Amino acid sequence: MPQFDPSTFSSQLFWLLICFVVLYWVISKFAIPRIGDILEQRERVVQDDLDRAESLKGEAEQALADYEAAMANAREQARTLMFKVTSDAKVAAEARNRDIGAELTVQIADAEQRIATARDDAMASLTSIAADAAKDAASRLAGLEVNSGDAEAAVSAAMKGNG
Amino acid sequence: MATEEHGGKAAHGPMEQFEIKPLIDLNVGGYDISYTNSALFMTLAVLCTFSLFWAATRKRTMVPSRIQSIGEMMFEFVAGMVKENVGKEGMKYFPFIFTLFVFILFGNVLGLLPYSFTFTSHIIVNGALAVFIFVTVTIIGFATHGLHYLRLFCPAGTPLPVAIVLVPIEIMSYFIRPVSLSLRLFANMLAGHVLLKVLAGFVISLGIFGIVPFLAVGAVTMLEIMVAVIQAYVFALLSTIYLNDAVHLH
Repeated sequence: MPQFDPSTFSSQLFWLLICFVVLYWVISKFAIPRIGDILEQRERVVQDDLDRAESLKGEAEQALADYEAAMANAREQARTLMFKVTSDAKVAAEARNRDIGAELTVQIADAEQRIATARDDAMASLTSIAADAAKDAASRLAGLEVNSGDAEAAVSAAMKGNG
Repeated sequence: MATEEHGGKAAHGPMEQFEIKPLIDLNVGGYDISYTNSALFMTLAVLCTFSLFWAATRKRTMVPSRIQSIGEMMFEFVAGMVKENVGKEGMKYFPFIFTLFVFILFGNVLGLLPYSFTFTSHIIVNGALAVFIFVTVTIIGFATHGLHYLRLFCPAGTPLPVAIVLVPIEIMSYFIRPVSLSLRLFANMLAGHVLLKVLAGFVISLGIFGIVPFLAVGAVTMLEIMVAVIQAYVFALLSTIYLNDAVHLH
């Protein structure tokens, strides 16, 4: 077996030493730093991305919270505004009702006044018409000539007596 | 006829592939340090490693290319192995373990190429690596724990009658480590290559039926690729386990 030929041992050991030392140098000074660098860099980039995603998520959540707060605020404002407008409108309506009512009262009073005047006038003219009628009746039936003053006095007295 | 062919192939016996052939004769101080086929493949292992990691780290892309992810996978595989077995304080030995893994891996895999040479099939190479690991681990053990490192042979709380039996066994198993470590790799590589060679010999001698050993050679080659990777892994893994004993005791 060539494996047990001691004459080859010295050369094998010598080149093993040389090659192993060179390979150790290649690995430790070349391969490991470069690969390690790549892996570290990738890990850093991934970590950065994760951090950024985390902060963006935080921002998004903040934005959502802000939006919800603004929404609630707006709703509250709308409600207040609505309430104010309705109550204003109610007050205005009441005021207008009151004004119109007052005006109507005045007009009604006025109208009543006019009716009373008209009735009084009518009542007054009724006496003279009745006196004329009485004077006419007296002259035709009895042939009595009654002057208008007496007739009127007599009618008034009769109306008062009836009244 | 078959014997004739076999006879004709005597020069290409299954062991011939392990022969050390000097390519450049060198002799320094009476020692033969010729540049041989073994040294050539060690050099190739170094060059392949350098090329692999040069190609892997050339572009440094965020999403790795195929070659880059091979480099990263090897790195993370060995780094994970060291971290898992020895912990954070073991990472200072990571370059050594990584070198060991890559050296044996390329030794095994390059050896599977036709007409190539497998330097890990030589017990002297594996033995030198194993003895170096053994000595280094022992030095680290004594340097870290002083004489407490001897506790490795007798775990605390062992009753005396058990210890009498246990301690010699532990000492023996400790000193057998470099032997088992180097023999395992040696035997695997030797057996695999001999098997391939013997099967390949049958391909010609069986004529048309040579298709059977031919297919077998294909299958065994697949198996041998797996063995090449697994043995490199086992060698590196056992080294980290020994290292863990030295760094942490039990």
